[in-house]
Amino acid sequence: MKQKQHGFWDDVKKYRSLLLMLTPAVLFFLLFAYLPMSGIVLAFKQFDYTGGVFGSPWNGLDNFKFFIDSGDAWRVTRNTALYNIAFIVVNNGLQIFAAILLFEVAGKWFRKLTQTVLFLPYFISWVVVGAIAYNLFNFDVGTVNVLLKGLGMQPVDIYNTAAYWPFILVIVSAWKTLGYGTIMYLAAITSIDTEMYEAAEIDGANIFQRIMKITIPNLMPTVIILVLLAIGNIFRGDFGMFYNMVGNNGLLFSSTDVIDTFVFRSLTTSNEIGMSAAAGFYQSLLGFATIMLANYAVRRYDKDRALF
Amino acid sequence: MSSTTANIQSPEVRRKPANRDKMVLSIIGYVTLTVLAIFCIFPFILVISSSLSEESAIIEKGFQIFPTAFSTEAYSLLFKYPAEMLRAYGVTISVTAIGTIVGLFLTSMTAYVLSRRDFKWRSRFSFFFFFTTLFSGGLVPWYLMIINYLHLKDTLLVLILPMMMNVFYIIVMKSFMSSIPDAITESAKIDGAGDFRIFMQLIVPLSKPALATIGLFIALAYWNDWYNALLFISKSELMPLQYYLYKMLGNMDGMRKAMMASGAVVNTDLPTESLKMAMTIVATGPILLAYPFIQKYFVTGLTIGAVKG
Repeated sequence: MKQKQHGFWDDVKKYRSLLLMLTPAVLFFLLFAYLPMSGIVLAFKQFDYTGGVFGSPWNGLDNFKFFIDSGDAWRVTRNTALYNIAFIVVNNGLQIFAAILLFEVAGKWFRKLTQTVLFLPYFISWVVVGAIAYNLFNFDVGTVNVLLKGLGMQPVDIYNTAAYWPFILVIVSAWKTLGYGTIMYLAAITSIDTEMYEAAEIDGANIFQRIMKITIPNLMPTVIILVLLAIGNIFRGDFGMFYNMVGNNGLLFSSTDVIDTFVFRSLTTSNEIGMSAAAGFYQSLLGFATIMLANYAVRRYDKDRALF
Repeated sequence: MSSTTANIQSPEVRRKPANRDKMVLSIIGYVTLTVLAIFCIFPFILVISSSLSEESAIIEKGFQIFPTAFSTEAYSLLFKYPAEMLRAYGVTISVTAIGTIVGLFLTSMTAYVLSRRDFKWRSRFSFFFFFTTLFSGGLVPWYLMIINYLHLKDTLLVLILPMMMNVFYIIVMKSFMSSIPDAITESAKIDGAGDFRIFMQLIVPLSKPALATIGLFIALAYWNDWYNALLFISKSELMPLQYYLYKMLGNMDGMRKAMMASGAVVNTDLPTESLKMAMTIVATGPILLAYPFIQKYFVTGLTIGAVKG
């Protein structure tokens, strides 16, 4: 080896095969992630098809003004954040509860079967979940109304009543994610040192004390990390869920419209490309800020588990 | 509850009769978990029994957990004129097969490079990929990129390409490959093997468990995808299964037309309600059948993912 200055091109040559192996992925993310970022300029433009992304005339902050003045910005931001907060609290609570019980019940066979059943909804597409919702909530033939009528009560018009949907969506989210989260928490519980349990048992602790004093405190680091990361994504709505449960049913928008469904509709049905881009950019910025904050919090809590 | 009595008689509890608290917890555990399990599986049972109900019974009494009038009419109609459904199946199967094979190959190749500790720009490239999960241009620029610049609207490729790589899978794969000893790569290099050959002949065989897991995650995502079709597909012959189901659920006229296009002579009383449910079952069937066998790979994936790379 010559002892000359090791330049950039020498490195390129040295790592050429590794770089070549990275090329497809780099191209992929350039095409589908980085190049589209330049399209953010659309948020500041009056889009027309002849001008395209870069030829359309600028219109300053008009798109943002329109988005905010219409009241949509506040409504969809509030809905997105509130739903995500409800999902975080309910889903994690239920998953931790189920994981602790699964860990404590003795029967191996029962444990396995339960885990399998709880995990099933995770594998189903949101379209199928939409079909299930139709089966349950349809006014004329839906199962919920069949049961209500069977009990001598009035049928409810669920697809026309916005007030029911926050509850429905929280239940659906809990249903879909229960198995997934339970398995993650179960893995965390299983990794707790069993010596601690044995020591507690010798000291005469009953099983409830053991759960409260050992399992839950040992689970807390995992919970905190997962919750903080979920908080980082609080402004990202689950489009698949909202779109398949609610669709373009305007009667329900007051309580179900999230940023993602709003952006989608503005783009595809009302064709307001500039405003839609502005709303999307607003979401990206908000999302970026919250994930940075969440990561900062994780980093302060446990450096090794931070995202970066 | 039969499961609770079974537990009381289980040998472990009989051995330590003094532990009343354990028994109380067991009862709480078995009861709660049984309730949660029913909560999770009930909707599936409901859809199955609705699909097996006679249409007139549904119209009269609604969907029921136990069908009052059993009928396989919806299924026989579906299988009598299966052309449209088969085409959607064909699209989904091709997209899933191609996407999973190519996606898995690219994901693992990328992950391998990023797991090589001797690669100088390893962390820079990692950040290049990771940054896309933190910030994006949003839906509109991405949509216009695909439609106006890549001209992928109404192509099979648009169902494959945008989902091919995912940063999360790269990270999980990378953390798995980081656990393979460096010595393997190093000794192969001394023997004169190139990086790509080391990857294909040494790393891939050693990564089989992770490949199976990530491959199944990718395959499931392709199988369940309807979003790319919603945005980019308008031709009916390119509709994947889930999107076809979505269309059929949303619009009974469409269902009628689809049945006619498949060669059915359709009068006005098509059993739409039971047909919707039967279609749902047929579209989900392969997953429900494969589920017991593939489940464990997903559990592995979640536990690797939870540990973080």
